[in-house]
Amino acid sequence: MPLILSEEQEMLQDAANGFLAEKAPVSAFRKVRDNKPADGFCRELWSEMAEMGWAGIIVEEEHGGSGFGYVGAGVLAEQMGRNLTASPFFSTSVLGATAIQQYGTEKQKEENLAAISSGEKLYALAVDEGPRHNPSRIAFSAKPSGNGFTLSGAKTFVADGHVADKLIIAARTSGEQGDPQGITLFLVDANAPEITREYTPMVDSRNAANISIDGLEVTGDDILGELDGGYGALEGILSAGRAVLSAEMSGSAQQVFGVTTDYLKEREQFGQKIGSFQGLQHRAAHLATEIEMMKSAVLKSLKDLDADFDNAGMTCSLAKAKTGQVAQLATKEAIQMHGGIGVTDEYDVGLYFKRVHVAQQMFGDAGFHSDRWAKNSGF
Amino acid sequence: MSDLENFRTEVRAWLQENCPEEMRDGDITAENQCWGGRQWEFQSEAQKVWFERALAKGYTVPTWPKEYGGAGLSADEAKILDEERQAIDARKPLSNFGISMLGPALLAYGTHEQKAQHLTAIARGEIRWCQGYSEPGAGSDLASLKTKCEDKGDHWLINGQKIWTSNADISDWIFCLVRTDFDAPKHKGITFILMDMASEGISVKPIVLISGHSPFCETFFDNVKVPKSYGENNASVVGEVNRGWDVAKNLLVHERGMLGTMSPLRGTSGPESLGKYAAEKIGLDASGRLDDPALRQSIAQAELDNWAYNLTVERLTDEANAGNGLGAKSSMLKYAASELTKRGTELRMDIEGTTAATIGEDGIEYGSLANNWLYNRAYSILGGTTEVQFNIISKRVLGLPSQ
Repeated sequence: MPLILSEEQEMLQDAANGFLAEKAPVSAFRKVRDNKPADGFCRELWSEMAEMGWAGIIVEEEHGGSGFGYVGAGVLAEQMGRNLTASPFFSTSVLGATAIQQYGTEKQKEENLAAISSGEKLYALAVDEGPRHNPSRIAFSAKPSGNGFTLSGAKTFVADGHVADKLIIAARTSGEQGDPQGITLFLVDANAPEITREYTPMVDSRNAANISIDGLEVTGDDILGELDGGYGALEGILSAGRAVLSAEMSGSAQQVFGVTTDYLKEREQFGQKIGSFQGLQHRAAHLATEIEMMKSAVLKSLKDLDADFDNAGMTCSLAKAKTGQVAQLATKEAIQMHGGIGVTDEYDVGLYFKRVHVAQQMFGDAGFHSDRWAKNSGF
Repeated sequence: MSDLENFRTEVRAWLQENCPEEMRDGDITAENQCWGGRQWEFQSEAQKVWFERALAKGYTVPTWPKEYGGAGLSADEAKILDEERQAIDARKPLSNFGISMLGPALLAYGTHEQKAQHLTAIARGEIRWCQGYSEPGAGSDLASLKTKCEDKGDHWLINGQKIWTSNADISDWIFCLVRTDFDAPKHKGITFILMDMASEGISVKPIVLISGHSPFCETFFDNVKVPKSYGENNASVVGEVNRGWDVAKNLLVHERGMLGTMSPLRGTSGPESLGKYAAEKIGLDASGRLDDPALRQSIAQAELDNWAYNLTVERLTDEANAGNGLGAKSSMLKYAASELTKRGTELRMDIEGTTAATIGEDGIEYGSLANNWLYNRAYSILGGTTEVQFNIISKRVLGLPSQ
């Protein structure tokens, strides 16, 4: 399969680009940031996105989605990364939809996928329990009780956790911290009284929450996937998240690089365009090369998810590792090459710098993924 | 089934039937490739058989027209052939500068007669070519070259010197940039000319590098007479006189494309996975990690970068096949490949530690890790330095202004 977009995917890209530039450009994100609505995003915009089929982009048509797969989701995420669009697309349409479509029972699919595709319900995935991403260290407890389990524990950095209608919680039903066996995923109502949610907006003004649960009773019907065998499902959901997040970061990096090269072509210092200085040209050429490498890794991971979901884990790690490094380099260089204006709040490049930092922390940074690659390769 | 799927099935069967087991060794290096030329001797019966079978099928130069010895494959078909060949780890039946550099330039700029003579000989592995571009005073600033070519009526008279002429000592012919007009602006007085290395007045001297060995030579031209024509419409000059820079630029794109499609962490000796190699040499700790955390991280990063690079070669090739030419992006591949190649051998040297840092009685052994490590320093210099590639990327890809 060639490593390029199909005609249909290119059309989706053009449509997304046009829509977002008009309805959700960086200036709209600034408004959300400055006005601080309780949701942290614009509900009307999300409804419009859902109407265009974006909320159900990976959901199959039989469940009300538009069936575009992960390449489609990546195409949208890339454009959102270019515009810094604030929406629950990632938490709901990528993580939530993947969890249910890949691992849900028929009943769970019926109950949830249409609600996702219509934009009606929001979902969040609760994995991490500390400042660094580490899904193998899950301690959150799910103790057998009666016909089901009692959930107790705390989760950090749950994207859109403050507004989600449903939570997917990775909990330990058996084994010790560090065991891959013994993890179970639960799909629970986020508004249960045993659940406390603390909104923790991030440095990039995106939404996350700390969530603590104290004695929530759930039943076997609330299990998503297999009892004690949820780690594999978690890995699958994380893979999809990593690939689509990489696409978003790739969009941010490409956008910020474009803004920077435009600036190099017009800004004058010492009586010349600064883009004519070899010191800057060579750094730009290096970065341009790295951006090409990043784009290939991202597209490959999305294509792999569509072609063979269960075996795409390592290309998704590649995408996240490569994108983490390149997008950070792109935003750092953008600030430095812009000089003083680059560190002002009024100018956009700083927003990308902050966004990329948070996205890099999410679901593993470059170091996490090169470690994962090494372990998987036997060294 | 689509035509391409049919083609894949056919190619797979053909390779299975025709590529000898011995030619599927997975460790493809400069040393074990078949280079061809007047002085060529096959290294084994299997290499000869493989070459002859591929030749009969047009697969030594699969995309070239059939009339010049190719198989006339489309880009998509050639990609399939390459994928299927790599899937069984088969070596290329023939590889040399004639195929990768001169051929494409002749296809673009040559007359029918030039193509008939030279392309056919390249396809058949009869003539080994070398490239006369760099001069002692004109390396990265290639267009400042001074080798003088004078019009003497029925022939050209050439005087001057080339340097870094890879394999000039074992090549049969040279494609060369010479100056035919010293008064014109420097890009406008250059001509692209072909000559037989056996011509009177050409002499060659190998250059010893820090690695102790090298394919590089100095090539001297002392009143060399080159006929204007090797037959009717078969001029020794390719393209127009004084317009050789156009041909050279076209050829450089192919050279960078070729240098940029090397598999960087491979082809340096040893297995593809540096990590596994390190695990064998150094051992693992109790948690199954390489017993040297900093080295482990460097290796993992290099392997991931190598993977992203290979995917980029694939993606840019697919884009080129879909109609968006590679163009100056070949400079990106050239730059990335040379850096990765250097990183690969540096990491191998680190993995081997002091073991690899020894010297034999006869100096640094040819083909040894230390030899490759030292030689690889040249990758970011030859074919245009990294800095020259950066200049090209800045101007031709990014459109940044000139000073």
